[in-house]
Amino acid sequence: MSDVTMDTFAGAHAAPRAVVYNEKIVKKFIIAAMFWAIVAFLVGLVLALQLSWPAFNLGFSFTNFGRLRPVHTSGAIFAFGGSALFATSFHIVQRTCRARLFGGEALHNFIFWGYQFFIVMAALSYVMGYSQGQEYAEPEWHLDLFLTIVWVAYAIVFIGTVLMREEEHIYVANWFYMAFILTIAVLHLVNNAALPVSMYMAKSYSVYSGVQNALIQWWYGHNAVGFFLTAAFLGMMYYIIPKQAGRPIYSYRLSVVHFWSLVFMYIWAGPHHLHYTALPDWAQTLGMVFSVMLWMPSWGGMINGLMTLSGAWDKLRTDPALRFSVTAVGFYGMSTFEGPVMSIRSVNALAHYTDWVVGHVHSGALGWVAFISFGAIYYLVPVLWKRSGLYSTRLVAWHYWVATLGIVLYITALWVAGIMQGLMWRAYDQFGFLQYSFSESVNAVHPYYVIRALGGVFFLIGGLIMVYNLIMTVRSSTTEMRSSAAGA
Amino acid sequence: MFIRQETIEKNAVLMLVLTLITISIGGLVEIVPTFTIETTVEHVKGIRPYTPLELMGRNIYVREGCYLCHSQQIRALKDEVERYGHYSLAAESMYDHPFQWGSKRIGPDLARVGGKYSNDWHYAHLIHPQALVPESLMPSYSFLAENTLDTKNIEKHLRASRMVGVPYTDEQIANARKDLEAQASAAGDMDAMMKRYPKAVQASGKGEPTELDALVAYLQVLGTMVDFADTSTEKLQQ
Repeated sequence: MSDVTMDTFAGAHAAPRAVVYNEKIVKKFIIAAMFWAIVAFLVGLVLALQLSWPAFNLGFSFTNFGRLRPVHTSGAIFAFGGSALFATSFHIVQRTCRARLFGGEALHNFIFWGYQFFIVMAALSYVMGYSQGQEYAEPEWHLDLFLTIVWVAYAIVFIGTVLMREEEHIYVANWFYMAFILTIAVLHLVNNAALPVSMYMAKSYSVYSGVQNALIQWWYGHNAVGFFLTAAFLGMMYYIIPKQAGRPIYSYRLSVVHFWSLVFMYIWAGPHHLHYTALPDWAQTLGMVFSVMLWMPSWGGMINGLMTLSGAWDKLRTDPALRFSVTAVGFYGMSTFEGPVMSIRSVNALAHYTDWVVGHVHSGALGWVAFISFGAIYYLVPVLWKRSGLYSTRLVAWHYWVATLGIVLYITALWVAGIMQGLMWRAYDQFGFLQYSFSESVNAVHPYYVIRALGGVFFLIGGLIMVYNLIMTVRSSTTEMRSSAAGA
Repeated sequence: MFIRQETIEKNAVLMLVLTLITISIGGLVEIVPTFTIETTVEHVKGIRPYTPLELMGRNIYVREGCYLCHSQQIRALKDEVERYGHYSLAAESMYDHPFQWGSKRIGPDLARVGGKYSNDWHYAHLIHPQALVPESLMPSYSFLAENTLDTKNIEKHLRASRMVGVPYTDEQIANARKDLEAQASAAGDMDAMMKRYPKAVQASGKGEPTELDALVAYLQVLGTMVDFADTSTEKLQQ
């Protein structure tokens, strides 16, 4: 069954190429991704320090935790993650369809600058005190409308390229990217429906309220995870890992089954964010059941990614960039196991509202999203800038170990902190009274918050090593220009 | 009805349509019934729209991202009910656009913080949290005391809220400014205002209303509206 995938794959590799790809737009988004990565890691570190020592809030309105936190989340998800997805999707769709990016360069540049403008305006609006007050959907209505225009342009360019393809079959990576583009549009439009106070004011009121608002927000929020941070990055995985390993995808049948089951099941999982709340029980139960079932399609993706290395595992010794991609898939498997466990109502009773959730999110965000992006960018930069290789594989190895240590510090600290919070909040003394005040639980987690901040320092240092290595790859004479554009 | 994957992956439009259908099912099955099943929001007495000052305070709560550290949703668990009070009802946030249930407790839940502390406590706490709670991780909100509350468009705020479903009356909209000033400081006609908005708490403002006055007025009404004497377990069943 895997012959179809192999055909597509080999076709993109071996066919004589008349098409000239638009690589400029891919390069721009890679530079943006690295820039926003550093910004997002840095703001994240500031927030971790604020939670360790509140003096880091500095006393200004615009440096307070509440205003900076959306800068970090939007910066990591939409600015860094988004730019990495634009870069890889534009690269992959051209190569796997053997077609130049649809639409003119002006349209591609509009997508780039429009998206960057959206990010900058969103970040500025948060620190200036404009927010819709819904997590991961903080930008106000006028920015939402602008993003919609950029997103439609993105959909036109991507789907247009798929329609103009020279290959008969649509490669599996593009299934995931198309599902991502489509679903994010639906989520964005429905969740952000709001009525502005006046056409000249940024402030708006959501058209939803209370329990329905909560359900729609977490339908949005969890599928921002499901389709932005999972499906789209799986698309990245389905191209980058076979390229790095020099092997075709392990199983075509598995990719079909796990694609359709993943997109079907993810959309149901949102209510697991609302266990024991005022959301009706039937909706909570549906959310829990589908979240547990989701474990299977998630691991389908993990197995397909890891088994692609069959016969090429030795490359992990020599190619630290591949190490990033493979570790990413490992973290993906781990967090998609942890997630279903946490969605079980009785486990969630302990985990919800605690730092366990924050740790879980970061094992996905740092371990999966950031690592698969690092792997992809390490692979793409020499290809796009036509260099013989990276400036230093030793530095990639250093980045890998420093960042991995950072993640391990981060998630273990928050496992301990989160479970401790959950246990302290529900603890009773021998007389049947609640044993701890809330502030005692705040005191107890302080050391773990400091360890978490240290984990953030390591992850940031790793990011800076990467930026240096990439700049040197492009600039240095040791990575000589290739004679021909051989890299596919 | 079974369409072969080979057909789908050769046809981008077909694939997009099938993907759209696949992702729509779960959302529709879960979301639509919460609008149509009548018992989703309990029928309890006492829930009223926010006063103009509370509404402006709530907007500051949203603007400052308070929901990122404080939940407003007491779960139906023994320890939570003992720590914070009666578990939250869907009815209690039926006029909350947007909802502010939150997802993380860096600080304690605020769903029933109203009336737990005095106005003076809130003013002092928001200006310098560690002076009252040494362990607190909360930043200082002293700048709210220096910012005059922007009340220019108060009627528009009520009108926009009415358009998304909050039942403000014409009378309430017409008196919005007067009610706001009455609640902010002792100078105005609090009695007339209390008739329009029962259980509203007088803020301790001096002179022109500040953002801090509005925020405290909002915090003081949180979780206090429901008339629990009038409810029973059967009535609260969803």
